[in-house]
Amino acid sequence: MVEFTLWDIFRNLLEAARWTVALSLIAFIGGGVVGVLLLVARLSKAPGTNAFVGGYVQLFQGTPLLMQLFLAYFGIALFGVKTSAWVAASVALTLYTSAFLTEIWRGCVAAIPKGQWEASQSLAMNFREQLQYIVLPQAIKIAIPPTVGFLVQVVKGTALASVIGFIELTKAGTMITNATFKPFIVYSCVALLYFALCFPISLYAKTLEKKINASHR
Amino acid sequence: MRIELDFLSVLAQWPLLAKGVAWTVGLTVIASVIGVALGVVLAWTRSQGPAWAKWVAGTYVELIRNTPFIVQLFFVFFGLPAAGVKLSPEVASIIAMVINLSAYATEIIRAGIDATPKGQIEAAMSLALNRMQTFVRVVLPPALRKVWPSLVSQIIIVMLGSAVCGQISTEELSYAANLIQSRNFRAFEAYIIATVIYLTLAIAVRQLLNWLGPRYLFGK
Amino acid sequence: MQAIVDISGLRKSYGTNEVLKGIDLQVKQGEVIAIIGKSGSGKSTLLRCINGLEVFQHGKLTVDEKPLLHDNAQAMRELRQRVGMIFQSFNLFPHLSVGKNIMLAPSLVKKTDALAATAQAKKLLERVGLAEKFDAMPDQLSGGQQQRVAIARALAMEPAVLLCDEITSALDPELVGEVLRVVESLAVEGMTLLMVTHEMSFARKVSNRVIFMHQGRVHEMGPPAELFGNPQTPELKQFLSSLHD
Repeated sequence: MVEFTLWDIFRNLLEAARWTVALSLIAFIGGGVVGVLLLVARLSKAPGTNAFVGGYVQLFQGTPLLMQLFLAYFGIALFGVKTSAWVAASVALTLYTSAFLTEIWRGCVAAIPKGQWEASQSLAMNFREQLQYIVLPQAIKIAIPPTVGFLVQVVKGTALASVIGFIELTKAGTMITNATFKPFIVYSCVALLYFALCFPISLYAKTLEKKINASHR
Repeated sequence: MRIELDFLSVLAQWPLLAKGVAWTVGLTVIASVIGVALGVVLAWTRSQGPAWAKWVAGTYVELIRNTPFIVQLFFVFFGLPAAGVKLSPEVASIIAMVINLSAYATEIIRAGIDATPKGQIEAAMSLALNRMQTFVRVVLPPALRKVWPSLVSQIIIVMLGSAVCGQISTEELSYAANLIQSRNFRAFEAYIIATVIYLTLAIAVRQLLNWLGPRYLFGK
Repeated sequence: MQAIVDISGLRKSYGTNEVLKGIDLQVKQGEVIAIIGKSGSGKSTLLRCINGLEVFQHGKLTVDEKPLLHDNAQAMRELRQRVGMIFQSFNLFPHLSVGKNIMLAPSLVKKTDALAATAQAKKLLERVGLAEKFDAMPDQLSGGQQQRVAIARALAMEPAVLLCDEITSALDPELVGEVLRVVESLAVEGMTLLMVTHEMSFARKVSNRVIFMHQGRVHEMGPPAELFGNPQTPELKQFLSSLHD
C-alpha cells in the first residue's frame, strides 16, 4: 500500500480548495446580481412583485440546500440540457444566495427611517432619485457587515455540492479518505481548511459591524 | 419536446416518506433539546465563567460556526471510528446536529443574557439570591423570550440541514427520496415532493415552537 | 444599645476618583434616617455600600454586629437577608406575576413552602394596599403600584434594615404619595430605614435624623427640625435655598 504523508493529503486538499473558492465567488457575485434585481423589483411596488419575491425568499429559506442542489441537477436535465455538476451547483447556489441576500438587503432598506423617504419626497424627488441618492447609500452602509457575513454561509454551502459530484474540498476529502484510509486526519484537515477560509471573513464582518455601530452613535 | 412528470409513483411510496418525516422530526427534536440546553450552559460560560472556560467555549463556537455541517457530520461518522469511537448513523447524526446547533444557540442566547438590565441582577442580589438562582430564575427566562425568534430560526436551519444525514444512511426524508428515485427513476418528482414536505415541516415546526416557548419556557 | 448599622472610616473610590471620603455613622435599631444632598455627593453610593452592591476600599462596616465581607458569598447572602433594598427603577421581575415576584426569594433562600409563601405574599400585598393585584403582571401596574410591590417584595425577606434609594424620584408626582404613605407606616411600626430622598417635607415629617452629604462626607447631621430650620454650614444653606427655586 502506498504511504501518504500529511503533506500529500494537504496538498491535494489545497488544490481542491481552489474550486471551493471559485464556486463561492460565482454564487456570491451571481447571487448578488440577482438579489439586487429582486430588491429593486420589490421596492418598485409593481403589482405582484412583493408576493413573488416574498414567496421566492420563503422557498429558498424554508427548504434544504441539498434538495435545491438535487432539483437543479435533475431539473435541468429534464429539459434535455446536459447537466454537469458545475452548472447545477452554480445555478442552485446562485439562486440560494440571491434569496438570502435580497432578504438581508430588504431589511437594511427597511431600517432606513421613514423620515428619510418623507424628507426627500418633500424635496420633489421621484422614487428612483430617492432610492439612488438618499436611501440606498445609507442602506448599503449598514448592509455591508451582514453581506460579508453571508459569504461565510456560501462557502459552507459549496460543501454540499460534493453530493452531486462537484469536485471541491469536501469531495476531495471523501476521495482521499477512500484512498488513504485515514478519515480522522483527512477530515480534520478539511475542517481546518474551511476554517482558514471562513474565520477571517467572519472576523472581518465583525470588525465592519463594530465600525458601523460606532459611527451611528 | 415533452416533459412527462409522474408524481403518483413517488406518492405511492408514502410509507417510506412518512418514515423519513418521522426520522427528520425525531432527530430535530432530540438535537434541539440537547443543543439548546448545551447552548445555555455555554452561553453562561462565555458570559460569566472563568477566563480559561471562556476561551474553550469561544474556540468551540468559532470552530463549529466556520466549518460546514456536512464536514462535521463526516468527521463524527467517519473520522471518530479511526480514533476508536464507532457510532451508528443515527447517533452520529444526532451528535453532529447537537454540536452544530449548540454553537449557534450559544451566541444567540448569550446576546439575550448580556442584554439583561443591570437593575434586575441588583434586585435579585439584594433579595439574597445566589448566582445560580439569579441566572436560572431572573436572567434566563426574559433572555429566552427575547431571543426566541432567532433560536427558532436556527432550529429550523438545523432541521433543513439534517437532509445531509441521508448521505450516511440515516433513514430521514432525503434518504427516503433517494431510495424512491433509485427504484423508479423519478428523481425530479421525488425531490420536488420531498422539498414540499420540508417546506411544510419548516412552517409547521415554527408555529409549534412559537406556541411552545411562551407556554413552557418563559411564561406569558 | 449596639448600633444595628455601624460604619467607621468608610472610603470608596472609582479608580482615582474618591467618592466617599471617610464616613462615620451609627444607626440605632428603629431609627429613620434621611440622607440628602446634591447629586454626586455620594448618597446612593453610601447606601449601596451597606448591602454590598458597591465595594469599598477602606474602613469598616458592620450590620447587626457582623462585619461586611465582600469576598464571602455566604456572608453576603446572610447580610442581604437582614438588609433589604428598594430601587429608584423598581426592578420588578417582568416575567413573574406580582405574587410570584414577592414569593421568589423566600422560597429559594429561606426555603419557605409554597403555601406559607403565598399566604405571606397576600398579607404583604394587603399591607401595601394592593391585595387584588396578586396575579397581575408588573407591566399592567402604574409606577406607584410597582414600587409598592417592590416594597412588599423586600419586606417578604423580613429584613431588619430597609434601604430606600430615591424610591419616588422616577414616579409621576401624583403617584408619589401612595408610596410615601407605605414608607411612613413602616417607620411608625419601628422598621430601621435609611432613605436617600429629595422629598424634603416627607423627610422632615418622618425621620429621626437627617444627614446632609457634600462631596463624599457627612457635612451636617441632626434632627430634622434643627437641620432644616437652622442650617449651620453655607453648603447646606445653599442646598436648602436651591430647593425652593
